[in-house]
Amino acid sequence: MDTFFLVCGLYLSFLMVLSLYRGIFGPTVLDRLIGVNAIGSKTAVLLILIGFIYHRVDMFVDIALAYAMLNFIAVLAASRYFQKRKGLFGE
Amino acid sequence: MDFIVVFLIICGLIFFTGGAVGILRFPDFYSRLHPAGKLDTGGGLLILVALALFNLHHFSLSTLLTGFKIILIVVFVFLSSPTAIHGIVDAGVRAGLGPWTKKKGDSL
Repeated sequence: MDTFFLVCGLYLSFLMVLSLYRGIFGPTVLDRLIGVNAIGSKTAVLLILIGFIYHRVDMFVDIALAYAMLNFIAVLAASRYFQKRKGLFGE
Repeated sequence: MDFIVVFLIICGLIFFTGGAVGILRFPDFYSRLHPAGKLDTGGGLLILVALALFNLHHFSLSTLLTGFKIILIVVFVFLSSPTAIHGIVDAGVRAGLGPWTKKKGDSL
């Protein structure tokens, strides 16, 4: 079962690299915000998978909970900040 | 028990794959928010429920507490991820970003 979790974690990392493309080359600022949010929601899952691989779930579950909250607050604050016209059209 | 766990994790990975492909390939900002909002929430939910089930193999008070915390993450992601996506949509609407319309000779 450890090998299965390891393969799942590697595949999730590959999907995070795909989302990172939108985070870097997104045409607008809000597209980059979508990419960052997708990476963050995958990271909370990946942290618990890492906890199962290392047999220390009781420690990693707190880190994952804190990371999920941090991701939510960061995306919400950034979307409040970037609601100006500047930076949306024509990079 | 292991069969259910593996099945749920593979379903969640399929959801995450659809979300990543949708974020890469959709033509417009608003349509990209659709896979980002739905599929990431659904995939994370399935994988976390599967891991909470797997955690209860050795039943004791500490594993029960860990499973409860994982279910707490599920509830929090289920509430917060659509809210964050709605915040991004609201920022786009307030900035006056127009929706995508199909142009002549435009191939998806």
